[in-house]
Order: sequence, then structure tokens, then C-alpha cells
Amino acid sequence: MESDFILGMTAIAASILIGMGAMGTAIGFGLLGGRFLEGAARQPEMAQMLQIKLFIVAGLLDAVPMIGVGIALFFVFANPFIG
Amino acid sequence: MLPFLSIGCPYWRYKKADTMKKISLLKTLLLACVLLTTANAFSSGESGCTTEPSQNEEFSYRSYVSHHLVNCSETILPGQDEGFWTLHLDSVFYSIFMAFVFSFSFYLAARKATVSAPTGWQGFVEMVVVFVDEQVRDTYHGTSKLIAPLALTIFCWVFLMNFMDLLPVDLLPALGQSVGIEYMRVVPSADLNITFGLSLTVFLLIIYFSIKIKGLKGYAKELAFQPFGKWMLPFNLMLKLIEEIAKPLSLGLRLFGNLYAGELIFLIIALFTIRAATDQFTVGDSGYIVMQFVLGLVWALFHLFIILLQSFIFMMLTIVYLSMAHEEH
Repeated sequence: MESDFILGMTAIAASILIGMGAMGTAIGFGLLGGRFLEGAARQPEMAQMLQIKLFIVAGLLDAVPMIGVGIALFFVFANPFIG
Repeated sequence: MLPFLSIGCPYWRYKKADTMKKISLLKTLLLACVLLTTANAFSSGESGCTTEPSQNEEFSYRSYVSHHLVNCSETILPGQDEGFWTLHLDSVFYSIFMAFVFSFSFYLAARKATVSAPTGWQGFVEMVVVFVDEQVRDTYHGTSKLIAPLALTIFCWVFLMNFMDLLPVDLLPALGQSVGIEYMRVVPSADLNITFGLSLTVFLLIIYFSIKIKGLKGYAKELAFQPFGKWMLPFNLMLKLIEEIAKPLSLGLRLFGNLYAGELIFLIIALFTIRAATDQFTVGDSGYIVMQFVLGLVWALFHLFIILLQSFIFMMLTIVYLSMAHEEH
């Protein structure tokens, strides 16, 4: 049946969406955390202010894979290609 | 395009509004009333609040999950098919309820505000207000009195809406089912309509402040002539328009994605002991109970952090966008 093919491809597409998003975010958070630790080690009195900025950038970085997860879940539960 | 449900309430006056907190609070009340929520049916689930789902003899995992992802929706214009004029009644109700919880509790603290060392609830409210005020003061260098109460409203309201995700998945829907409401989703900010309502409101405020501070011609000039000179006008316009559209889109989708994923993982964790609810319960299922408890605890702790962070991010980005709308080159 043709929708078997579409279902299989949808599964692969959803996995790629989530996986690539997670990979990019992981690398980004690693870099971000490393720079924060470096900066806090250089100037410990700035650590508090830097931490606030860290969370702001972390929230921004989180957005893109979350959008990807949202789209992937949309394809899993309400696939527009079948029916 | 999108129908807006505005929450109208009276604008209260204090006779002696000395402290910053009282002024903030009454503006906060006004803003909690004015923040618009969209009531559009974005999702393509089945409609109807009270239509009984077909009774299967055995639970299937998929039916449990997809049952919990359907909103309780009603079409307000009769005779229209499901689409633009369908309200998600559960999201609307819970978001308005959370707005009242926030407004009323902060009003209670401001009513008997004492200048001497605050204790208890008033101390907590002052802590939150001072925190938000610091953030606004660091970032926003304009003179509008709207920004700080708006930031406070967004922070607390989004946090309260997100907090509904920490209640047990079946608690409120089971109560609803006993009254006849078959489908209910209790987290308003996991509904794309609510988050886009918030972010589109912020977008309208950005445009309003840009035009108010820079003038219509100034705003058009900024759109057309930045960042390159005036001979690259179509390119500038395209870049600027994409940047302007990306702001509300990313704001709304970020909050939605985080909360929807969190809710879905709570549902999947709830699936562990679903066979215990049926008659097929065996002794081997007790391991699942322990695993569900541990996993649920871990995810709930992480999710606590996430909801705080996401509401903080929404507030910070609102402040940053509005201060960018004020500055001139």
C-alpha cells in the first residue's frame, strides 16, 4: 500500500529532525558552557552576571531544536501526507 | 485573520499609590486584562468536548496518548466547519484562570503593603517585582511606564501556565470526564494558539512603539535604509522584514515546543503503568511502577527548571525587543 511508504519516510524524517537538532544544540551548549567557565575563571566577580547571560543564550539556543521537535511531533501525530 | 478574545476587567484606582509596587500592580492588572489570546483552532484533532470516545476493550498506547492530545474545542459560529472560529475552551479557560490567580494574589500583597520589613507573601511578591525591575532597568533605557508591568505580567503568567504541566497527567482530565468533558488539555501554553497570542501581542507592541518613538517616516526609513545604503533598498527591506517576522514566530514556537515536548514526555512516562489500570495486572508490573516513579521524578525536576527558564526567556526577549524598538541609530 502506498501509505506504508509514506509512513516509513515520515518516521525517518521525524528522526532526522529531532536528531540533527539535538546534535547542534549539544555542540552549542558545550561551547557556550566552556566560554562561560573560562570567563568566570578569569574574573570571578563577573560570574553572577555572566550566569544570567548564560541562561538567556541557553534559552535562545534551545528554541531551534524545540521548533524541530514540534514539527516532528506534528508529522508523527497529525501527518498531513496520509488521508 | 485571527479572532482575539480580550479579557476585559475594570481599571482599579488606588487613592494612595505611593510605592512602585502599587503602581506596577494596577498597571499589571490592566495588562493582564488587555493581553490578547487567540482562539483559533491550529491543531487538527477531532472537535467536540463531550463526544464520547469509542470504547475499546484493551488499552492501546497510541489511543491513550492521542486521547490526551485533543483539545476540548467548540465552534462558536454555528454552521461553520472546524477551523478559524473554533475555540479551544480548555486552553482559554485555564489561561484566564491563571491570569486571575496571578492578578488576585499580587493584589492581595499590594493591598496591605507596608514599608517596614516585609514578611511572608508580600516578601515574595516584592522579591519577584524587584527581580523583574532589575532586568528591565539593565536593558531598557526608555521612559515608557508600560514595560516593567508588562514584563512582570508575562513572567508570572507564563510561569503559572507552564506550571500546569507539573500536575499529574490524568488528574484534571479524569475530573473533567466525571462531569462529561471527554477531552481536556490542561496546559494552556502547550497550545499553539495561546503562545502565538502572547507573541503576536508583543509583536503589535513592538510595531506600536517603533512608530510612536520614531514616527512613521522614521520607522519606514529604518526598515528601508538599514543596514546597507539606500541603493540596496529591496534587499534591506527583505532582510528587515524577515527579522521582524522572525521575532514573534520564534517567541511563540519556542514556548510551544518546550511545553508540548514536556507534556508529551509526561504522557509517555504515564504509559508505563497503563496496564495496571486494566484487569491484566500481574506481579511483574510492579517494576514498572518503580521505574515510572523514578523517571517521573527526574523529568519533573528537569521540567521545573525548564518552565522557569522559558518564562524568563520570554520576558527577557520581550524587554530586549521593546528596547530595540525604542532606540534610534
